[in-house]
Amino acid sequence: MSANISATLYLISGVLFILALRGLSSPETSRQGNLFGIIGMIIAISVTFLSVGNFTSGFIYVLIFLAIGGSIGAFIAYKIPMTAMPELVAGFHSLVGLAAVFVAISAFINPEAFDLGTPGNIKLASLIEMAIGAAVGAITFSGSVIAFLKLQGIMSGAPITFKGQHALNALILISIVILTFYLCSTQSSNLFWILIAVSFLIGFLIIIPIGGADMPVVISMLNSYSGWAAAGIGFTLENTALIITGALVGSSGAILSYIMCKGMNRSFFNVILGGFGATAETTGEKNKEQRPVKSGNADDAAFLMKNASSVIIVPGYGMAVAQAQHALREMVDTLKKNDIKVSYAIHPVAGRMPGHMNVLLAEANVPYDEVFELEEINNDFANADVAFVIGANDVTNPVAKTDPQSPIYGMPVLDVEKCKSVLFVKRSLSPGYAGIDNDLFYKENTLMLFADAKKMTEDITKNL
Amino acid sequence: MEIDPFIFRLSIFILSIFVGYYVVWSVTPSLHTPLMSVTNAISSVIIVGAIIAALSGDEGVIFSSSSIYGFLAIILAAVNIFGGFLVTQRMLAMYKKKKKSK
Repeated sequence: MSANISATLYLISGVLFILALRGLSSPETSRQGNLFGIIGMIIAISVTFLSVGNFTSGFIYVLIFLAIGGSIGAFIAYKIPMTAMPELVAGFHSLVGLAAVFVAISAFINPEAFDLGTPGNIKLASLIEMAIGAAVGAITFSGSVIAFLKLQGIMSGAPITFKGQHALNALILISIVILTFYLCSTQSSNLFWILIAVSFLIGFLIIIPIGGADMPVVISMLNSYSGWAAAGIGFTLENTALIITGALVGSSGAILSYIMCKGMNRSFFNVILGGFGATAETTGEKNKEQRPVKSGNADDAAFLMKNASSVIIVPGYGMAVAQAQHALREMVDTLKKNDIKVSYAIHPVAGRMPGHMNVLLAEANVPYDEVFELEEINNDFANADVAFVIGANDVTNPVAKTDPQSPIYGMPVLDVEKCKSVLFVKRSLSPGYAGIDNDLFYKENTLMLFADAKKMTEDITKNL
Repeated sequence: MEIDPFIFRLSIFILSIFVGYYVVWSVTPSLHTPLMSVTNAISSVIIVGAIIAALSGDEGVIFSSSSIYGFLAIILAAVNIFGGFLVTQRMLAMYKKKKKSK
């Protein structure tokens, strides 16, 4: 196949990938978008086979390995519970990162196969691109592995910090730049291996100080990195599909990180440097005094809701942990039978990844046009009778609006306290991730429901 | 003077960043999770490089030091391609509109 034809076909698959993302602008077009993505991928792979044109025994092995990986992927995709999506996405990011590293290594060992020169005499531009692709890929890999372990609970979600951490990270980053420079002038394979090893290390060090609730930012950031790694390799291979995709994925992840940071009113660097835990500890100590709390049972909650004409549900990570989404939808069905208007309010950082709550509600058959984002619904709380907070905490804390001393001051929150009454499902009075007390617990119109989210929701449904 | 092909690729790259910027802002927030899984799947188009690397061995040598990395990368990328697209499809199938019959 001529180089021009294959380049054109790669361009087409790049365009199909753009359309795949474009489809996600609404749920109706999204399925079609996904199909475009699949077609784009099939084109890219077929073109590669045809342009290499080597249909010897090696080709059979390629198909075998493709089938092995494909069946593992398909198996995971069908088995994974929706609550585990953050872990899955983190795991997948690590694979993209590692694949980028492997391709870069292969290109370094055997540059002739990619038309990049000969070993020890690789074109300068290609070498720089290769080094960037390998380094970013390695960072993506080790960072995603740590994010995965934290999300899975294998590793503690608490930030791990030590003295001189930032200085060490800065030192490593500088050494990566220096290594790349010397790699280019000496073409030494030892330097290439060291560069990869150091990049693995920095990926690991960057993620360990970041706490569990900051995971939405981390996952988006790693998403972005995996894109830049792919783009780096795309430049090395002079492949348009890869360059376009890398740029798309890179900017997509960057935008998501930005949205997540804004949802927490924190700067990107503040999250990355892991500064949150430190401030939270000191404020947590101050609020030791006991304040009266009204607590109730499922019967009280059912009574309140039965007499309401509109209810707003505020789900959070706790709902995912308790797997309460189906029980919640059943409760809402019963409410709707009694002609009560129900809507859902989703905070941008609810859950452990962007859009986490939306997927869980969709899984429980909640129609997506009943689910609203913070800006869309925040004014409705004042007119609603009952707010049902299930598994959320910090995102409803009015302190963010009233107390400039609070670490979460300025963070956009849901105006839950404006509702006539608030039902707050929670295991105990313990503070949320930010380590601060929620003023909402002590409000006159708040009724605390101390129980497991799923069990409480089921009990309320029985009492309705 | 002839323009280095690198500049062409750079142009594509920069313009794609802008395309990505506008396209991703138009993605509805409720689909942000599928967005992540689908970007995951498409970034595995890196399999293109993996295939070239895997088939780079000399005549009769299937597993050379460089092609082994290619084969490993094929497995990783294939997990991602199939897993990413299928899980996205599974998620998107769940997004339903309110039934108007009420």
